Amino acid sequence: MPINVLMPALSPTMEKGNLAKWLKKEGDAVKSGDVLAEIETDKATMEVEAIDEGVLAKILVPEGTADVPVNDLIALIAAEGEDPGSVQAPSGGAAQAEAPTEAPKAEASPAAQNTTPGGGHMSYERVNEAPGGAKPAAKGNEAAQAAPAGGRVFASPLARRIAKQEGIDLSGIQGSGPHGRVIERDVRAAAANGTGKAAAPKAAEAPAGTVAAAPPLAPKAAAAGAAGLSLDQVRGFYDKGAYEEVPLDGMRKTIAKRLTEAMQVAPHFYLTVDCELDALMKLREQLNSSAGKDKDGKPLFKLSVNDFVIKAMGLALMRVPAANAVWAEDRILRFNNAEVGVAVAIDGGLFTPVIRKADQKTLSTISNEMKDFAARARAKKLKPEEYQGGVTSVSNLGMFGIKHFTAVINPPQSTILAVGAGEKRVVVKGDAPAVVQVMTCTLSCDHRVLDGALGAELIAAFKSLIENPMGMLV
Amino acid sequence: MPDTYDVLIIGAGPGGYVTAIRSAQLGFKTAVVDREHLGGICLNWGCIPTKALLRSAEIYHYMQHAADYGLSAEKVGFDAAAIVKRSRGVSGRLNGGVGMLLKKNKVDVIWGEAAIDSAAKGNQPGQVTVKETKRAEAPKGAKGAGTYQAKHIIVATGARPRAIPGIEPDKKQIWTYYEAMVPEKMPKSLLVMGSGAIGIEFASFYRTMGAEVTVVELLPQILPVEDAEIAGLARKRFEKQGIKILTGAKVTKVEKGSDSVTATVEAGDGKSQQITAEKLISAVGVVGNIENLGLEKLGVKIDRGIVVTDGLGRTNVPGVYAIGDVAGPPMLAHKAEHEGVICIETIKGLHTHPMDKGKIPGCTYCQPQIASVGLTEAKAKEQGFSVKVGRFPFAGNGKAIALGEPDGLIKTIFDAQTGQLLGAHMVGAEVTELIQGYVVAMTLETTEEELMHTVFPHPTLSEMMHESVLDAYGRVIHT
Repeated sequence: MPINVLMPALSPTMEKGNLAKWLKKEGDAVKSGDVLAEIETDKATMEVEAIDEGVLAKILVPEGTADVPVNDLIALIAAEGEDPGSVQAPSGGAAQAEAPTEAPKAEASPAAQNTTPGGGHMSYERVNEAPGGAKPAAKGNEAAQAAPAGGRVFASPLARRIAKQEGIDLSGIQGSGPHGRVIERDVRAAAANGTGKAAAPKAAEAPAGTVAAAPPLAPKAAAAGAAGLSLDQVRGFYDKGAYEEVPLDGMRKTIAKRLTEAMQVAPHFYLTVDCELDALMKLREQLNSSAGKDKDGKPLFKLSVNDFVIKAMGLALMRVPAANAVWAEDRILRFNNAEVGVAVAIDGGLFTPVIRKADQKTLSTISNEMKDFAARARAKKLKPEEYQGGVTSVSNLGMFGIKHFTAVINPPQSTILAVGAGEKRVVVKGDAPAVVQVMTCTLSCDHRVLDGALGAELIAAFKSLIENPMGMLV
Repeated sequence: MPDTYDVLIIGAGPGGYVTAIRSAQLGFKTAVVDREHLGGICLNWGCIPTKALLRSAEIYHYMQHAADYGLSAEKVGFDAAAIVKRSRGVSGRLNGGVGMLLKKNKVDVIWGEAAIDSAAKGNQPGQVTVKETKRAEAPKGAKGAGTYQAKHIIVATGARPRAIPGIEPDKKQIWTYYEAMVPEKMPKSLLVMGSGAIGIEFASFYRTMGAEVTVVELLPQILPVEDAEIAGLARKRFEKQGIKILTGAKVTKVEKGSDSVTATVEAGDGKSQQITAEKLISAVGVVGNIENLGLEKLGVKIDRGIVVTDGLGRTNVPGVYAIGDVAGPPMLAHKAEHEGVICIETIKGLHTHPMDKGKIPGCTYCQPQIASVGLTEAKAKEQGFSVKVGRFPFAGNGKAIALGEPDGLIKTIFDAQTGQLLGAHMVGAEVTELIQGYVVAMTLETTEEELMHTVFPHPTLSEMMHESVLDAYGRVIHT
């Protein structure tokens, strides 16, 4: 009897893939471990390995075929003693390729054959395996042991129903009930965290075998996305007593939640430029020395480089209106004014007060506003409306000697500028080395709002303002 | 050198002794301290002896109505002393049983009043001083007064009747459940203050035994924690039995006569009336026993008479735990037992979760019985659920008719969106033995579908549980 070779599932949610290439031809002898074909999905390429010995009798799906459903029959291997020439593809289409029930136990269902490691008729190798991720989740193991053929996910009826309603893949959830059973609170938590969302909601209804018996690598990774390691898992890595446990305050929780969300939701890309500062430093000195004095004899303002950076970002946003925008679910909000947030580090966290209309305000106004914001941020006296909103932010670590870094976008903003230290560097000017003061700035952009060219336009406008600072005075 | 234990539990009520046995099972060297009785109020002055009394009342009721079943019983009467004696005998037997269970599990019993001197710190165990008590004689083999040490100290001291100023129980005319449980003779008339489980059970018992009974409830509904529809049906039955019920009413003054009490009862409309009865039972709730345990000195956090815990029994002071009534409502034996097991398993380092208090059933053993679990219809709506409600009357059930119990209702409440069973409420014969079916279902996180697919045996009262679910989804068969 010929051996069926079926389209394997790379991940529990995979429904179809492309048959990229056959590495064996009809008539080739194959033995266990031989790579028969390469399969592509949008995420990865994998190899289909033979487990049995025989002769590749018939290729049913030619290479280059796109969107082959999982578990479709793709080839037949003639077993030892069988005449490869007499092997026929079963009629009635590949999907109904379940073998005749001569040995029902051994043949099981196509799904079980396909994904029971070592137990079925073939296996596959993952070429893009996540580092260190080879260990299947405990639940997967249990499920596989408990039901080797079915690979059932144990979940309460209510958990199943909520998962279905929310489009959550149960196999991606670590159950906290008895024996790892997925219960309501697990699904609710997954729904709240946005984890375990099935790429294709149908996954839960797919043949049971494809859901849980596959190495649950992908779902594990998905679950780890927002939730990360559990407290007990993390503790398990360290000796007891080697650490002190610090409870989270509201600010830490908010930072963790929002920035995790930012990295997961907003596709970041980064643009780095070097800005020459000599002109700006000179202008700054002039302006500061010309500052009037108040009645106590103190200067009315003292501009910092950062004040110029804020103003430059504000003006740059107005010059590149398409970048003065944020993502809002199904649309983009474009702004008429430039609102620039400024990260202020405080003990145990940070605030990002927003300078409104940064393009219109004078440098001295920005400077004084920032001093007030910084003081009140440190005292945690900022009002929510003072740190909410903004289209972009400035994060300056120059004072710590940081030369270059990238920053995480502060949702719902669409960009953030990471400002490094101004330092003297030797650069080539007119084919000759020259010493100039340089500041490296990196703009993180939300690709949903800004494409590379638009981001480049924005940071170019910024660079031009910094290097020709007189433009900021008029 | 004082005796040192891994775990010392103060209070041998249902919470304390169950925790002690589980503790011993987990391999801890365990002791339990009590000052009065093994098994606590539940076994000695609460749940159990009242069930014995109510059983006498129930059989008395059937005998009075023997003719309904084609039987004849003449000169039906009772002997109050014998009823009480039987009730005490039931408690005594179970009390001895608890002693045996503790012994079998090698749990030391220490007799006396315990106070915590210190909680465990580092390698130094906590210390408890036990003083001699004159309340009751120590059971055989118990250790006596002295100083004991333990790494973990669990407070499981239970609760006692709440006293209202001016209406303090005097053991003569104003009773608490203690006196109400051991009447020398049946009172001819009785005023019951409070219509929670305790008040209603005594009202039902004494009414069946022939007393004129008036129940005064401050809130607009009797059995205030129950679903309004169920409580309303129960009220109708009680009133039919001749119990007088005043809701939204308050006892403002009580004057004691030589062998009676006269209470001034103010109704919500401002009108007041005087009710004279032979006895008054004060059943206005219970308060936790948190005094004289050294908790304040240790800095254990207490909020409105309740020891604050983290849901796993841990107080803010490491090494000191609290379970049961002292750890807050619902003040029920089964809640205490469950909480105790969670607490000790947490101490052992097992994987535990705080108890889901929304899935604790409650039973009232009046005639008719009342049982419930989960949210009432009103609470479910208040929490924003869009609900599907199923109802099935006893009159539609073959077994109920055969039993001669055609009055009652089983009500189920589902979340319309997810099909989650949010609550179940019952009034009628034997419902206290039925409710656990829904409790299991809720604990397993059922939806309506599994309940519909479950086969209920015929002919049983439990078929009504199935029908009620079907009714919630418009599929009921027998109405």
